[in-house]
Amino acid sequence: MRRRVFVAALVAIAGCSRAEARAVPGGDVDRGKAVIVASGCGACHDIDGIEGARGKVGPPLDGVAERSVIGGVLPNTVDNMIRWIEDAPSISPHTAMPNLGLSSAQARDVVAYLYSRP
Amino acid sequence: MTGNPLSIFSSASDAAARVTRLAWVMIVLSAIIFVGVVVTMLLAVRRNRRNGTAVDLTERGNGWLIWGGTVMPGIVLVALFIVSLGAMSKYSTATPPAVTIHITGHQWWWQVDYTDAAGMRAVRTANEIHIPVNKPVRVILTTSDVIHSFWVPQLQGKLDLIPGDTNDLRLEAKRPGTFAGACAEFCGPQHAHMMLSVVAESDSAFGAWIAAQSTDGIQSADSTIAAGRQLFVTTECAQCHTVRGAVARADSAPDLTHVGSRLTLAAGTLPNSLGAIEGWIANPQALKPGAKMPTLRAYTGPELRALAAYLESLK
Repeated sequence: MRRRVFVAALVAIAGCSRAEARAVPGGDVDRGKAVIVASGCGACHDIDGIEGARGKVGPPLDGVAERSVIGGVLPNTVDNMIRWIEDAPSISPHTAMPNLGLSSAQARDVVAYLYSRP
Repeated sequence: MTGNPLSIFSSASDAAARVTRLAWVMIVLSAIIFVGVVVTMLLAVRRNRRNGTAVDLTERGNGWLIWGGTVMPGIVLVALFIVSLGAMSKYSTATPPAVTIHITGHQWWWQVDYTDAAGMRAVRTANEIHIPVNKPVRVILTTSDVIHSFWVPQLQGKLDLIPGDTNDLRLEAKRPGTFAGACAEFCGPQHAHMMLSVVAESDSAFGAWIAAQSTDGIQSADSTIAAGRQLFVTTECAQCHTVRGAVARADSAPDLTHVGSRLTLAAGTLPNSLGAIEGWIANPQALKPGAKMPTLRAYTGPELRALAAYLESLK
């Protein structure tokens, strides 16, 4: 019993050190990674863990879960990030970020990947 | 080994199979020689240690030097030369090619021209060739700048692109598929981003591709795409690029008439997609530093989106 509590405490501490990494309910990190590669996100963004993703058009996306505002306009919540990825121009008409034609589920997977990166 | 598209061990043509066989001959032979040399060396070390004295080479004469150092390598090299002649053998030109493709190397992309039966240019594209499967295809290679080398390991050995000269190659894919190619002669800082794709497909699919590629760029009624087209022909883009059917006819950069249909952008730098097209237009120098396409910093966000939407629509 005591050992179990100890392990639970260790897990909690380990979790604390990556508090920035937010869980995205229903989002799949691996699927998100595949969507990011296929959609060419890396042509504009520097994305940790994606081969060749060293674009310098938009902001780098490492630690994006820690940022407070998305695209300079939206509070950084999971639902807002999904909306932004699905159709950024509808939220911010002057943005360079295109509507990539992703479904809501695909956008959720992308957010899961991005939020999983410290 | 089959997972790597640039592997020489998953050949898809007779010519590439000869290269694969030669590679195995050389690997096995090298391994035998390597083991022989190491074993001989270890024996010498052990013997010397047991005697406690240095080996006097003169007492044994020059047998080892003559036989092991001269005669045996000579035999091995001559044998390898004879074996490799098979892989280098000139391809048969007995059957006339079904398709003739002219490829011109540029720093750092491949210009591709298909000619019709009369030798006239029928289709121009870049960084991607399509060929009918099981048909001999003639590829005529030259370059506009430095020496490049055309290498599609699953289909053929390498052949250089020489300034002021043409080289002639045959490709014949034995199975359909998409095969990767690369420049195999160092040609400048973006040599590694000078890739191409070879799509081998059925006669009907190849015919449909040629027919589609020979049409002019699609005109769309969509307002964003029309705005992108307008930007393309009135700003810097049209000074280097062609989109047939639009007023853009410069040819110092890849023809973009059907860029939306291609597998990759910037000679294999990025998988093709709307997002990749926009990122490439907005800041190519971040993705392929030194490429001839400049980072313009001239377009607003909506303009970039319109340009990307236009080019992506050019299927």
